[in-house]
Amino acid sequence: MKNKLLKGALGIAAVSAVALAGGIAHAKDTITIAVPSFLTGGAAGPFGIPAMNGAKMVTDAINAGKLPAPYNTKGFGGATADVIALDEGGGATKQVAEYRNLVEKRNVDAIVGYISSGNCQALAPVAEELKQFTIFATCGTPRIFEEAERKYVFRTMGHATADNVAAAMYVKEKFPDMKGYTGINQNYAWGQDSWRDFDLTLQQIMPNTKASDKTQFPKIFAGQYGSEISAMSLDKADLIHTSFWGGDLEAFIFQGNARGLFKKKIGVFTVGGTAAYRLGKKLPNGLVLGARGPYGILVKDRQSTLNQWFINTYKDIYGIYPSGPAYQYGQAILAAKIAYDKAGSDATSEQLADALRGITFESFSTTIEMKLGNGHQAATENGYGITEYDSENGENVVKDVKFYPASCVLPPEGQNSVDWIKGGMKGAKC
Amino acid sequence: MFNDRTAKFLLLAALVICVGGAFAPNWIVNQFMFGFSRALAILGLMVLWRTGLVSFGHAFYFGLGAYAVAILDSKLGVSDVFLRLMAGAVVAGVAGFLIGFIMRNYRDIFFAMLNTAISMVLFGIVVKTESLGSTDGFAISASTIFGLSPETKYPLFVIITLVGLTAALAVNFYLKTTFGKLTTAIRDNEIRVEYLGFSVAHAIHLKYTISTILAGCAGALMAMSLGQVDPESMINWTVSGELVFVTILSGPGNVIAPFIGSLVFEVLRTYAFELAPQAWQLIMGATFLTIIFFLPGGIWSLIEKLGGKKNEK
Repeated sequence: MKNKLLKGALGIAAVSAVALAGGIAHAKDTITIAVPSFLTGGAAGPFGIPAMNGAKMVTDAINAGKLPAPYNTKGFGGATADVIALDEGGGATKQVAEYRNLVEKRNVDAIVGYISSGNCQALAPVAEELKQFTIFATCGTPRIFEEAERKYVFRTMGHATADNVAAAMYVKEKFPDMKGYTGINQNYAWGQDSWRDFDLTLQQIMPNTKASDKTQFPKIFAGQYGSEISAMSLDKADLIHTSFWGGDLEAFIFQGNARGLFKKKIGVFTVGGTAAYRLGKKLPNGLVLGARGPYGILVKDRQSTLNQWFINTYKDIYGIYPSGPAYQYGQAILAAKIAYDKAGSDATSEQLADALRGITFESFSTTIEMKLGNGHQAATENGYGITEYDSENGENVVKDVKFYPASCVLPPEGQNSVDWIKGGMKGAKC
Repeated sequence: MFNDRTAKFLLLAALVICVGGAFAPNWIVNQFMFGFSRALAILGLMVLWRTGLVSFGHAFYFGLGAYAVAILDSKLGVSDVFLRLMAGAVVAGVAGFLIGFIMRNYRDIFFAMLNTAISMVLFGIVVKTESLGSTDGFAISASTIFGLSPETKYPLFVIITLVGLTAALAVNFYLKTTFGKLTTAIRDNEIRVEYLGFSVAHAIHLKYTISTILAGCAGALMAMSLGQVDPESMINWTVSGELVFVTILSGPGNVIAPFIGSLVFEVLRTYAFELAPQAWQLIMGATFLTIIFFLPGGIWSLIEKLGGKKNEK
């Protein structure tokens, strides 16, 4: 009996000692940045891996002081950053547990990443509770900054409202004869918000069109869309809106293409950009393609030094052009550098948050104004184009690209997206 | 009830853990909370396993417990830790009692798969219903204790440890009663048990209900420790599989086993995730195979071997 008790006590003491020792190791000339992204599952290949590549490439360049001006100073406030790569799969609950581990066990300095809106929505309150400086790179639901005021959480790209308002405006401009529309979106925050915003905007700007009463909401990562495609083929609507991304997006394109879905209907893909480089000839012509902002294929021709550096370096290292997620993770890391440069490498989460709040900076492909959500949510332009296969060069291109300024597709500060659209998008400057 | 070695060890261990927790860093406290919460469900599965029944659908009750907490919180604003725990236990227990009328008639693979089927119905409903949070689930506000909102997680950790202790003592006691001893008897020879004058159906129904109440408590406590529920992590069949995994990892030898096994699982997963972000599932799978090949009696059999002591039942 005594023996058991002793063993138990020793065990606990040992575990605690190891934990404490782990906590002390900390130096000021290096910082640790955790970068969560999908590394397993269907979203990894098309989305998670390019995102991680973008983050690593930019971090390495910053560590070596090799970014173009004005970001050519070495390090994050002088410190070298170590990136901890982390899998985002497994559901929001698992991510909450892992997030706590990152902060309380692994003592990371900053957390930069996250693709899934479900994860971001679950993690924002946890980040606030733990007072941890966190930059969301890609996730899109507007609810994060509209439902509560955040102090430690930032997002360096526009949210779903911008994607879908811009999509509706583009549709109005290019397809004024469209009569009815339907949609297929994943049944979670991202898909629900995307459809809601697109539908509400069209009700405002094209009041004579009608939404189908059979819109599709399959589960995220379902992968099989046979019955949904059949249902939509029979639907009278002449346009299909989707916010599918990653592996789901590619599965839907393959399966829909095989049944001629995109010959009969106009396809509007708000996150279609990642498929453009990966699918090559298998991507149908004539799709309305977005990349959740000015990223990837939509900005391939922008000649700024930063953008050309990004495209060429990425192509050199990974052998493929950078898609949206690479840009989005890259610019989130850049934002971390700017915050550290301003606040110093030993800055606390409060100081980092103060440094990033409300600033405007030049990212690789666009100007980012942190002006929504009390300076925590970025506003950027948003654009769309139409896909076409360029058989001469053997690659996909987009034509008729049009960008809408941030003030045109995002609600003004302090206003809820849904109310803003329903109220006729007052104050929009297009 | 308290005068066997297992009970004494449990009491002492709980005391040591509660005191130790006050000095341990947060992440270790977290690991214990997650581990002990899940251990309650494992305890219930262990009772079933001793009877020769394996359920591949107990995430149904685990999820009911977790979602009871989430819905009480988001719709009614109930934050008291005991009310939440009670709600989880009652919802899961009532569902388990009713479904038990069907389940008690099935054995083997039919029992396992029927449970899976029922859990996937709930999964489908939750995923498709926006007001139930669909795939995103709900965030859960911090629990209060008699109206007080504690600054740290320590009070919740102590409560989870004490709930675990109570459950372990109760199951330990139950297994020693006549009805409890029927567990292995039923597994060995149902007809003989009937001839002895006991109803096998009643005995199984009782065990099934006990296991569902425990799974409901586990879900409720897990939801409170994590502060988040979603169907993927609470109701999906993978969660049922995980529960069975930990049951096998722990071994059926003793009521202490689920707590040790569950903790080992939690730590293993944390480190697998940390060391191999792209292949952590591989590490978990390899561990599972190793256990099945070399330790069919689970971690408990290893402890017995190392301790050189005979199993007490």
